This record gives sequence, C-alpha cells and structure tokens, in this order.
Amino acid sequence: MFKILLLALLLTTNAAIAQDRPAAPVSGFNPTQSEVQQKALLNGFDKILGNTTLPDSRAATLIQPAGPAWRDYRRSWLPWIAAAAVLGMLALLLLFFLVRGRIRIEGGRAAQTILRFGAFERFMHWMTATAWCILALSGLNIAVGRIVLLPLVGSDAFSTLSGWLKISHNFLAFPFTAGIILMFLIWVRHNIPGRLDVEWIKAGGGFIGHAHPPAKKFNAGQKAIFWIVVLGGGLVAASGFTLIFPFYFTDVSGMQIAQIAHGLLALGMIAAMLGHIYIGSVGMEGAIDAMASGDVDLNWAREHHSLWVDEKIERTRGEALKPAAHPAE
Amino acid sequence: MARMKFLCDAERCIDCNACVTACKNANEVPWGINRRRVVTINDGKPGERSVSMACMHCTDAPCAAVCPVDCFYTTADAVVLHSKDLCIGCGYCFYACPFGAPQYPKLGNFGSRGKMDKCTYCSGGPEGADDSAAEFAKYGANRLAEGKLPLCAEMCSTKALMAGDGDIIAQIYRERVTKRGYGSGSWGWQTAYKANIDV
Repeated sequence: MFKILLLALLLTTNAAIAQDRPAAPVSGFNPTQSEVQQKALLNGFDKILGNTTLPDSRAATLIQPAGPAWRDYRRSWLPWIAAAAVLGMLALLLLFFLVRGRIRIEGGRAAQTILRFGAFERFMHWMTATAWCILALSGLNIAVGRIVLLPLVGSDAFSTLSGWLKISHNFLAFPFTAGIILMFLIWVRHNIPGRLDVEWIKAGGGFIGHAHPPAKKFNAGQKAIFWIVVLGGGLVAASGFTLIFPFYFTDVSGMQIAQIAHGLLALGMIAAMLGHIYIGSVGMEGAIDAMASGDVDLNWAREHHSLWVDEKIERTRGEALKPAAHPAE
Repeated sequence: MARMKFLCDAERCIDCNACVTACKNANEVPWGINRRRVVTINDGKPGERSVSMACMHCTDAPCAAVCPVDCFYTTADAVVLHSKDLCIGCGYCFYACPFGAPQYPKLGNFGSRGKMDKCTYCSGGPEGADDSAAEFAKYGANRLAEGKLPLCAEMCSTKALMAGDGDIIAQIYRERVTKRGYGSGSWGWQTAYKANIDV
C-alpha cells in the first residue's frame, strides 16, 4: 500500500515538474478545500453516521432528522387520532344506544341458566381486561395527559402520577401478553370464520333489526373482537416490547416507528374495546352474566348462540343447566 | 437577551475531545453520559470532518414538544433546560432529539432509565439558587450565571466550537468562510434552528 502511494506521489511530482505548474491533487479532489454537504451525507440515509472514540456506539449518530418528524406526528396528529378513537367511539355508542336502546332478551328471562364460561375462561378474561384497562389509561395519559390532565392537577402531581403509571404500563404488559396468548390457545378453535358468520352478518347480527341468526359459541361479532384482541393485542405487545427493551431489537429509527405503530394500534383497540364493553354491559341485557358468574340465561343463550346451546346440552347431558338464582320476574 | 447557540466549524475541529473532557469535568457528568461528543464523518476518507455535537438548544425543541409531563422550559437566553424532578424517564425526548442529546444514567429494561441528563449550556437547572451546591449536584455548573460561556467552547484550542449569541457566532463564522474561501457546514443548524448561515 505504502509503495503504491509513494509511486503515485512520485508520478504526480514528476508530472508537475514536467508541466511546470503547481501539482494538482491526485484524485482531482482537495479534501481540505471542499465543504462536506450535510444534505449529500443524508442522501439515501435516515441519519448522518460517523465514528466516535466513545465506547458508546449510539454516540456515533451525528444527526437524525426523523426526530423532528416524530415530534410533528406526536404533537399535531396523535391528539386528534386519540380524540377520534375515544370520544368518537363514545359518541357512536351513545348514538347507537339512543337509536336502538338496550337489546333485551326477547323471550324474557328463563327459569334456567346455562354455563357459558368456566372459571378459568373468566379468570383469563378478567386478568387480560384488568391489565388492559390500566394499560389503556396509562397509555392515554402518556399520549394526551399533558393536554387533558396536567392543567387540572399541576406539574408535580401529574409527574408523580405519570411516573407510577409508566411503571405499571411497563410491568402490566406481561400479564396482558400472557392473557392474549392464553385466550388465543383456549378460544381459537371456536373462532375460525365460517359460512354461519356470513349469514350472521347478512342478517344484521341482531344489532340491526331484530333477527337472531344461528351461531355457535361465538358469533361473527365476537369472532371479530377475538381477532382484534389477538392480532391487535399481539402487535401492540410486540411493538411495546421493542420499546421496553431499548436497543435490543432496533435503533432509534425503529423505536420511532414502533412507538407510532404501538400508539395507533392501541387507539384502534381502545375504540374496539369500548364497543365490547358497551355491548357486554349496558348495551345488552343478560350479556354481563357470561363473564360475571359464567352462567347465562337460557333464553339469552338460545337467542344469541342457538347452535351452541343445543350442542352444550347434548354434550353435558343437561348438566350445564342450572335453575336461575333469581327466578324471572 | 441573547439567543444562545452552538456552532462547530468542522474545518477547525481536530477531534481532540477536549470539549468532551472539559464538559465532563465542569459538570461532574455521571458515568456513561457524555453531554458532548465528537463524531468524525468520512473517517479516513477524503472529506473527513470532525464535528463536536451536544444539545443544540433548538428552536421549537422536539424534546420539549414530545415530553409527556412537560418538564422542559426555555430560558430567557433561549437555552432549553428540563426539570429532573418532573422527568419520568420515559425516553420520548431521546426518540425526538435529532442530535442524540438526551441520555439516561441507566439503560435498564422495563423502562428503568432514571432521570434524563443533557447539556445545560452550562446554565444549571431549576434547583436552588444559581450556582448552589444543590443545583450543581443535579444539573452541573451554572457558568452563564457567572457571566461565562459553556466551558467546552471557551477552552476549544482551535476555536472550532463556538458558543454565544447566534448572530455573533454566525458573523465570526462568515468572516472565516470569506477569508478562507469555503465553508464547513454549519452542522445541525438547519435541523435545530431551521436556517443555515448564509455567507
């Protein structure tokens, strides 16, 4: 290498003497007299990288202009998306309630109940649901708490609260993820879409109109919720883990994308879950029993899950049936 | 009031890292944190340049805009500071900062980063009186309160790194560029202040 350099030097020197004028640089490029353009360095890259003597490789990123772009997303877009997801969904639900009212059990309450969800299924549901509620609230706090809550409670109280919510958000991610995996394993066989679901949707599912299309353990609406929870929740968890473990999976550009995906997916899930909570409580008579005691009213079950009731009674030889704790009024 | 800025003349920076050392010493910066660092671009190739980089105290600072607990504030000298009492160590300022300035004493998992630390432009922070021991322990030196500029720039041997009012240091840079006939790129100015220095 040294020899080649020496040769090149000799050649240029000779050439310069021969032509009797100052030596031109070998490459035609004088490194001391040309401005290094930041734009040229950025061309094709999302950041300007260099070398540093510090033992921290992250310090070698000189400029990452995506940072201000992420700021603009967070400041200009996120609050509106969050408002649309939460307030928009609540408004839609209120409108639906005003138009449709509470969906009653048309046949009235029966004298018998039937076991719909066993203890383990209910435990699994409520573990995930409890974790999710705190995750959603603490996530919304990080997203819009500065706009909504900070002016009400003041800096110190808000900071203390947010600190605890951040810790709970990071640790409740684990029971939430465990719940998602469990629900997938236990319920996936009941949630494969089929021809019944097409007919259920065509018939309006009992939401629009008063038809009660036949359904097995889960109808098309519940299957939709299942897949939103499993796929949405799975992706929210995956993107969240890349943020909890910084630099394990990706660099700062990847974390910006993960944060945007995490926030948008979570807001979508919040909207879907508000609908789920509504129809499971206020929106439909008898629905809450499924996840409360696990025993649902037989008439409710026949209206919403006719095929499942027949199958369940046959399979348990009627043992799933119990007399209602409170007889029909 | 001045609009304080940093400007690194990459034509003069010799990658001696004295600014890094001076900063660590003046502010007693915790282990693992470098409020200032020198990055070499095109190392070993034609067009090699070294740039000393720290928090640029941006106009409309991204860190301040994205902070979920609003712990940043801008001083009358346009220096961007933050409160370590309010900081929850969420890492958002690190995502948003174009210069990698916010750093955390711990790079723990599960969000255990500790309170964010960054360049204070040697002007302390919101703790006790100016130049008090409490302020020093949490945020480092407050040289601005003593009428001095940040130590990194003050002791730069080639005067590559300049600190002071943006108009004044830009004028010094312009004179240098006019005299030597070429610029060296006002590194980070477009990103931080939305304007390069026109020569």
